[in-house]
Amino acid sequence: MMDNYRIRKIKDRLMRILLWSSLIIAMIPLFSILLDVFINGARAINIDFFLLPTPTVGEKGGIANAIQGTLITLGLASIIGVPIGIMSGIFLSEYHDSKLSQPVRFINDVLSGFPSIVVGIFGYVLIVSVIGFSVIAAAFSLAIIMIPIVTRTTEESLRMVPVAIREAALALGIRRWKTIIFIVLKGGRKGIVTGVLLALARIAGESAPVLVTMGYWRWWFSGLNRPASNLALNIYLFAISPFENWRTLAWGSALFLILMILGISILIRVLTRGKYE
Amino acid sequence: MKSTASFFSKIAYLKAKIKGDEIFRLVSAFFALTTLLIVVLMVYELTRGSWLSLQKFGLGFITGTTWDPVFTLNFGALPLILGTLTTSAIALAISVPISIGIGLLLSEYISKRLEFFVSFIVELLAAIPSVVYGLWGIFILIPFLRNNVYPLIQTVLGFLPLFSGPIYGGGVLTAGIVLSIMIIPIISSVSREVFSAVPLSQREAIISLGATKWETCKIVMSYAKSGVIGAITLGLGRAIGETMAVTMLIGNKFKVLPSSLFDAWYTMAAIIANEFTEATSDIYVSALINVGLTLFLISLMVNVIARLIVWRTLRLVKGVSRG
Repeated sequence: MMDNYRIRKIKDRLMRILLWSSLIIAMIPLFSILLDVFINGARAINIDFFLLPTPTVGEKGGIANAIQGTLITLGLASIIGVPIGIMSGIFLSEYHDSKLSQPVRFINDVLSGFPSIVVGIFGYVLIVSVIGFSVIAAAFSLAIIMIPIVTRTTEESLRMVPVAIREAALALGIRRWKTIIFIVLKGGRKGIVTGVLLALARIAGESAPVLVTMGYWRWWFSGLNRPASNLALNIYLFAISPFENWRTLAWGSALFLILMILGISILIRVLTRGKYE
Repeated sequence: MKSTASFFSKIAYLKAKIKGDEIFRLVSAFFALTTLLIVVLMVYELTRGSWLSLQKFGLGFITGTTWDPVFTLNFGALPLILGTLTTSAIALAISVPISIGIGLLLSEYISKRLEFFVSFIVELLAAIPSVVYGLWGIFILIPFLRNNVYPLIQTVLGFLPLFSGPIYGGGVLTAGIVLSIMIIPIISSVSREVFSAVPLSQREAIISLGATKWETCKIVMSYAKSGVIGAITLGLGRAIGETMAVTMLIGNKFKVLPSSLFDAWYTMAAIIANEFTEATSDIYVSALINVGLTLFLISLMVNVIARLIVWRTLRLVKGVSRG
């Protein structure tokens, strides 16, 4: 009896060690990636890196045009995606007894798991085949990737607004739509901002849909109906190129991108902190 | 007289009020329906884009094993489908035990304060862009695997055809390994969620019988089994669609079967990323979009199944705890 107990005890301890080691195994690549990106990326960063556009072989250059192009593309994607996401989040939270809401929520979940390259090809067939490789096509594809993220976080944050607040507003004779826009939305503001940031962090790193909708562009932004340079896509093109100065830029761009995404996720943590405490 | 006027004005006011509400409801419903519309439009547009290829090859596209964009313009996607499935299977084989371990750790072992830190780390792993995984894979992981790990595997397991043949560094196994790192966050966070949804009474019952922590975990796992399967299926969906990292690491060679796991190959997503912007003829572009359509349908299937399983389990588990 005692022996049996001892064996179970040993097994328990062994499994505890195994479970903790699974976490450590997962952390090794994470730290390796962060460390290598920081070390190799730091070497690429200087003043030129932020001020000059993509160089030709062997010349000095930077990622200024890529930062510009990325900001414009992300901005346009947000203009398209954020309103749609927030409005459908409102629908799912405020009219959750509607017959539509369950299928919409399901499709939304499914859409968020779609391969981004497929979304890119959708943008290609729909837009590129008409007006050519362009910022518009890329922003459209990225907006589709944003929508499910914004929708879900909007719904979740609006649901946290107490029902009593809605009832109080309605009891004062305020119309329902005004209640939703001016009172409920205000209460869920933080959560919605978090959702938009989350979506931005996600699409900032997307390169596959950008590749098939915008292609490669080495120059400055020159119109929404033409391609623009993109940070994430540049990392791919620079990494597979044989040129030393491009490879250095690939690490630099990776560092910039990761710092950007890290900054956004820390911001999200700060924003959501109050909610869970 | 005065009171009837105020009565009618009140009615008009109520009507206007209801109208505003109705309009707002319809507008928000319309926006909510856009997701539905997008998916429907996606099926239509992808079919339209691959129409040339569908007409020429039909269902034979899925079983075809040639990919000749230069001379015969014959296209078949079977090797690409196999490549996608193989890399995803490798990724699952590595990441499932690790992810379930992390999920258990998060739901059963770790205190709330530490949980915040650990879940932040897992989220970070999810936040790193695919293309950065690829960059790291090319310059850090490939040299490491080529010099230290693969020769070791070959000396031990080289008698198996899977592990014989030349080592290039990039290839099927490398792509699978990086994919496994990339899908750890989704599998572990979803399985944490289903583990946490297991009612406390289940744990209390087995603990009161004198069970150790691990034995409690086993009960939790068996209770949440179907949810874990859902989590794994979600991970599979993620692995199937992963593009840039795989393109950068798998070697991008179209062949029916690779000579070993160290050999170069292709996946559906990788061939689109690698050849799409260079495709010259209409039928070539159409064939690539056809690959995209195939990928879309496969991942739609996987995602729908996964979501249904996770949804059902969460509802089932929560329902039982209430009863």
